[in-house]
Amino acid sequence: MQITVNGEARPLAGDMTVQALLQTLDLGKGRIAVEHNGEIVPRSEFSTRQLGDGDKIEIVQAIGGG
Amino acid sequence: MSSKTDQPLVIAGKTYQSRLIIGSGKYKDFAENLAALQASEAQIITVAIRRVNLGQDKNEASLLDVISPETYTILPNTAGCYNAEDAVRTCRMARELLDGHKLVKLEVLGDEKTLYPDVTETLKAAETLVADGFDVMVYTSDDPLVAKRLEEIGCVAVMPLGAPIGSGLGIRNPYNIRMILENAKVPIIVDAGVGTASDASIAMELGCDGVLMNTAIAEAQDPVLMASAMCKAVQSGREAWLAGRMPRRLYASASSPIDGTFF
Repeated sequence: MQITVNGEARPLAGDMTVQALLQTLDLGKGRIAVEHNGEIVPRSEFSTRQLGDGDKIEIVQAIGGG
Repeated sequence: MSSKTDQPLVIAGKTYQSRLIIGSGKYKDFAENLAALQASEAQIITVAIRRVNLGQDKNEASLLDVISPETYTILPNTAGCYNAEDAVRTCRMARELLDGHKLVKLEVLGDEKTLYPDVTETLKAAETLVADGFDVMVYTSDDPLVAKRLEEIGCVAVMPLGAPIGSGLGIRNPYNIRMILENAKVPIIVDAGVGTASDASIAMELGCDGVLMNTAIAEAQDPVLMASAMCKAVQSGREAWLAGRMPRRLYASASSPIDGTFF
């Protein structure tokens, strides 16, 4: 199984939720927002949203900008 | 006696003491950004929304750890978006990121060289965002008709450019800004083009409700000192507008009386 995270292909060992992915990426605690196949995933659904083969995930944060 | 009464700046129901909005881009580090923010006395600061760097150190501070959403109004922008769809997506991500915070700075750019707004896409994005419950502060050209249209759509503030983003060329068309102001029922904030303190004063002397700037502070030799200068420039410009300037005359008008001269 393979997914794309922020434009980078990543293999997935097995079933995984958004929350588990964030933990793997060490992003569990930061102020971020997640899009799953172009749709926002509310924080309350991180632990239940399952990832599937070919899914596209975007993880964003706030950075400096004008 | 002043001919105009001072009204506080209210954006989407919230009152702000400061009429200066600053950006958080191009600073050397977060500490310099925060010091400039404090010196500017701004209460609203813009941020950009970007992918997290997957390799980043998890202990590294992030911008919002340093500039707290509890202390400041964070204004996420849609910089880098060249169509309505990307801009709307960015705003939705920002809202999620900031726990439902609805205030956004919409900018849909048309071209990389000028960073001029793509007005057609901006109008489209504004309609979608307003319908979706966002409080939209919108960056646009200095076209009075477009400014009015954006107000009619329901934007909470209209922000015409003074000159291209990051150009520091100042308020290139004060007459258009005046036309926009004459018809406006929402705050008009000059966004982009300010290069130095006098540019900010000019915007405020025209009667603008505020000024938004990033590069003028961040790219100054001493950003913190320039932030302080901008704070005063915005206040001075506002007071001058409230005071009502003297009329321009082609010829001199003596300040000392003619009566009582002894020669």
